[in-house]
Amino acid sequence: MTRFILLRLLQVLAVLAVMSFIIYALIGLMPGDPINLMLASDPHLTAADVARLKALQGLDQPLLKRYLAWAQAALAGNFGYSRLYATTAIAALAPRLANTALLMGVSFALSLVIALPLGAMAARRPAGALDTAANLLSFAGISVPPFWLALVLILVFAVALGWLPAGGIATIGDGGFLDRARHLALPVTVLTLASIGGYLRYMRASMIEALRQDYIRTARAKGAGEARVLWGHALRNALVPVITVVALSFGSLFSGALITETMFAYPGMGKLIYDAILGNDFNLALAGLLFATLLVLLSNLAADIAYAAADPRITYR
Amino acid sequence: MRLILRALGHARIAWSGAVLLLLALAAAAAPGVAALIGADGDRVDLYQRLAPPSLAHPLGTDELGRDLLLRLLDGGRVSLLVGIAAALAAAGIGTMVGLGAGYRGGRLDAALMRLTDGIIALPLLPLLVVLAAIDLKKLGLPGWAVQSEAASLYRIIALVALVGWTTVARLVRGATLSLRAQDFVRAAVALGASPLRVMLVHILPNLASPVIVATTLSVGHIILLESVLSYLGLGIEPPLPSWGNMLTGAQETIGLAPQLALYPGLLIFLTVIACNFLGDGLQDALDPRARRR
Repeated sequence: MTRFILLRLLQVLAVLAVMSFIIYALIGLMPGDPINLMLASDPHLTAADVARLKALQGLDQPLLKRYLAWAQAALAGNFGYSRLYATTAIAALAPRLANTALLMGVSFALSLVIALPLGAMAARRPAGALDTAANLLSFAGISVPPFWLALVLILVFAVALGWLPAGGIATIGDGGFLDRARHLALPVTVLTLASIGGYLRYMRASMIEALRQDYIRTARAKGAGEARVLWGHALRNALVPVITVVALSFGSLFSGALITETMFAYPGMGKLIYDAILGNDFNLALAGLLFATLLVLLSNLAADIAYAAADPRITYR
Repeated sequence: MRLILRALGHARIAWSGAVLLLLALAAAAAPGVAALIGADGDRVDLYQRLAPPSLAHPLGTDELGRDLLLRLLDGGRVSLLVGIAAALAAAGIGTMVGLGAGYRGGRLDAALMRLTDGIIALPLLPLLVVLAAIDLKKLGLPGWAVQSEAASLYRIIALVALVGWTTVARLVRGATLSLRAQDFVRAAVALGASPLRVMLVHILPNLASPVIVATTLSVGHIILLESVLSYLGLGIEPPLPSWGNMLTGAQETIGLAPQLALYPGLLIFLTVIACNFLGDGLQDALDPRARRR
């Protein structure tokens, strides 16, 4: 098991290294460049100054050389300076990483708590009333544009009813638990609804499959009650394929977080990355994208480990 | 009760298909009808900004006084075009990858499926935002190609297809694996058919149903993705309307004219849910093993 985790960690690092190069190259292709931005702020610079600045910053080097220099600095913890926030990229990033982890964590837990039991119960009577309702919910969830859902929720709960704040993370001067929770309510609702549908459909399908197995008939034959059959025998077996789906879903969860954070002005990683890209803050965009990828890869790894806990037949070598 | 629900299940294909057809027809016919009655979705009328619904403007007007209904229909043409074109392109890539991986097996299969899973697991939207922000001139493309009005249209189709092929690839690979072991394929191999011929002539036609189902489902998914990117200002660029970028401005005027924020989103929702229901219904109809009991 330890060996397996170590191997997977190595894999995560390899993927991260490849992604960092791809992202680095892509960022270099974005409109504008740092020297032009300096030029815009100081019209007295001459062509000779520009060439000197380029050489100073290493921008006249080929892509691979520039990347290696950047990677070396990054490995030492230096991701450069953020133009937008006037601080180091890491200092701009750190608090937002925690905010996003909170938003994603709460939504993830909530969608599992709703989707798994609901999917399991819906599977008991396919095409029954509960199944139809669950089916409609999951289709609505995967089909609704999340930014529009956010708009409608703001319109209803913040503008018309005035029950909840329309955005932000805390009231200035408050920031207590209840205040934070009120600010989280709408973003969490949007993100949860967006991710619930997929889990629900897989859980239902997997549970139907599990309930058809011989050991379920055996359990029923020996007189186990309905609850014991469903939760004791079928659930654990049905969970195994669901976990693989969950493991692959963190990427789209983060994508959802980007939209949700942008809509609700929630200071998280997603909004940070979006703002950094639009604001030509190359260092910050690079660091943000990299940490987002790392967050997602580590979540995948955690789900892979949970896989072993749910299915003792799987041995890792 | 059960019977009614089951009948509804079968009717699902019919009604979701009908909804889609209706939307597509309305969007396709829009320019013709508009020209006939002498209206124009692009005409700006600053005296009629954010007007409430009236006889001349059945759904009211937007922040530049353009007719909302005509804009919605024009936007629908763009959104549906992007959805269908990108889904077809993605299906093409996915089928090639899945077919190659499933038929060849071994290392190629392992490598391609790792790649597929890797792409699925990545946070795609932030990466798409970067890709959408790229300056194509730095890639050496000529200025006229980058500046033209249709550039944002082609760019988004290419982008979305680039990340949208994974579902098709996985489904096609699974189906190819089971087809490869069947007698008619082995007979073809025994008769000396080349691998390419076996794949294209003998296996590909049998992949029709998973490919159709996956493509239908991805049309919905892609329309959703296009709307998100356009909403963020990185997809279809105004003045070309799409349901996504029509919502960008609507947020600011939501207090004055909530209908501007409501209708485009509602149409996206309706289209995407119809695609998903259609795909799901087709899956039940085409794949007897997956039929719900």
